[in-house]
Amino acid sequence: MREILDLAGGFLAHYNQYITIFLMVSGLYIVIARGNMVKKLVGLSVFQTSVYLLYISAGKIIGGTAPIVDQRFTLYSHPLPHVLILTAIVVGVATLALGLALVVRINAAYGSIEEDEIFARDKDAK
Amino acid sequence: MTEHLPALQVVLPLFGALIAALVRRPVAAWLVTLVVSIASFAVAASLLREVLAVGVVSYRIGGWDPALGIEYRIDIVNALILLLVTAIATVIAPFARLSVASEIPEDKVAWFYAMYLLAMTGLLGIAITGDAFNAFVFLEVSSLSSYALIAMGRDRRALVAAYQYLIVGTIGAGFYVIGVGFIYMMTGTLNLALIAERIVDVETTRPVLAALAFIVVGISLKLALFPLHVWLPNAYAYAPSVATVFLAATATKVAVYLLARYVYSVFGASFVFADLPLSETLLAFSIAAIFGAATVAVFQSDVKRMFAYSSVAQIGYITLGLSLATVTGVTGGLVHLLNHALIKGAIFMGLGAIVFRARGVDFHDIAGIGHRMPLTTAAIVLAGLSLIGIPGTAGFVSKWYLVVAALELGWWWLAALIALSTLITVVYVGRVVEAAYFRAPSAADAGASEAPAEMLVPTLVLAAATVWFGIDTELTAGMAGLAAKTLIGGIR
Repeated sequence: MREILDLAGGFLAHYNQYITIFLMVSGLYIVIARGNMVKKLVGLSVFQTSVYLLYISAGKIIGGTAPIVDQRFTLYSHPLPHVLILTAIVVGVATLALGLALVVRINAAYGSIEEDEIFARDKDAK
Repeated sequence: MTEHLPALQVVLPLFGALIAALVRRPVAAWLVTLVVSIASFAVAASLLREVLAVGVVSYRIGGWDPALGIEYRIDIVNALILLLVTAIATVIAPFARLSVASEIPEDKVAWFYAMYLLAMTGLLGIAITGDAFNAFVFLEVSSLSSYALIAMGRDRRALVAAYQYLIVGTIGAGFYVIGVGFIYMMTGTLNLALIAERIVDVETTRPVLAALAFIVVGISLKLALFPLHVWLPNAYAYAPSVATVFLAATATKVAVYLLARYVYSVFGASFVFADLPLSETLLAFSIAAIFGAATVAVFQSDVKRMFAYSSVAQIGYITLGLSLATVTGVTGGLVHLLNHALIKGAIFMGLGAIVFRARGVDFHDIAGIGHRMPLTTAAIVLAGLSLIGIPGTAGFVSKWYLVVAALELGWWWLAALIALSTLITVVYVGRVVEAAYFRAPSAADAGASEAPAEMLVPTLVLAAATVWFGIDTELTAGMAGLAAKTLIGGIR
């Protein structure tokens, strides 16, 4: 019983890491398994979100406040990971926007956003 | 003024992109590109001269201490990469005006140049920065603009190619940034030089091993290491000619540089190659690339696509050199990095000139082209000979170093494999020669004539360079030798 509790405690103490891993793997799975181009981009976004969480988790200090310089607070989260992820979020938004723009153009050119249909249409055209 | 050269190296093309997007007029945007390329080349050349004089140039962005802020750190290795990227850009710029005007709708030409300069900004940024996360940002700047460049191709398949590259490229960059995150957790810094100092104490821990794995796989996706190359052939084949020339000559090379920087300078060769089986792994994939991708290249019906597969094979030679972890091996890899950039630049430029005059670059389209565009075809064939590695060409120099490096290790089988792989190159280059000189042209293409001087001269310059650097190896092999010693010696 004790061992099970320790195991559960160890799991719960690192729950953020497990969420990161789950998001990462499920995002990658969606990218690989789905043929719909919009769904693939959704998977890609989920994957990128896991990276945000990975960095933010590392910057968190238990009991720490937001990183604001004030005499009342001595313990605060590490601000650098947040700043980095702010940049990464911008990159992620830009990637998603560009990806969706490409999907719009692909839809206009092929009349489909399903990968297998698009490949079939290119083969027919040859 | 001169102390701000490292910042200018990135700022020039960045603002050039902005101006190109704002001026809107095709010729004005092209002029901006031309001026920025030449100015960047001048900056890179003077940086190289400074590095040769003082060793390492360090530049603090905004004056922040490297432990907190971003440091640009230039040693001989990245000075060489900066020179390569800007030199290729300078040669492409005169070529670009007519090629872009004929392939891109007029209202999008300025955007094309803006994206092109942004891609250049990103590549120069990756090469110059000494900060792990800054490298990620520049990686994405170059990647996102490359996706847009590729999507501007005339064929609708260019859109699908750009989309696929976007998916793979984003996963690659994601893996890279995960690896950087692990390193940051373990060392508390993002400065590559400081990481290299601190990682020694923690290098056997699991996060560092995971970081190495994520970074190597992430960058390998970017540099199209076989079997992570699937995005490359379509992207190169359907992109506008100028974009293909630039990306083929520089983008994968910068990614190779980043890999070499991490493996040698940050993690350290003794840790990566002696304690871990990365050498064997990289070697196996490199040989698979050299033979696998080259064989696939032989069976392509589109010449541009064929040379795209050839690029995957040639990247195999570069990573092969890096995997040997000896000074001669790394020299061979770096020399081939430079030589291959010139060779593929010349070939894709020649193909761009053919696209400009003929309808396309299918084997039907290039039938008999050698008689109608003799100089352009001669440039392609000359670069093709260099690709094979005929003595007296640049390709021979790189293969010579690789073979010597293999023999130094006593791996005669590897030397034999390198020599054997040349035969496959002979086959696919031979196919081009056969089609260009010995086949009758189809009636529709009979009107094609020699490319205009604006396009012809840059093509011939690069083709001549592949011969020049086969004879005078001081700049390529000499510098690459210095760079290899710097890499093997670790960061100073």
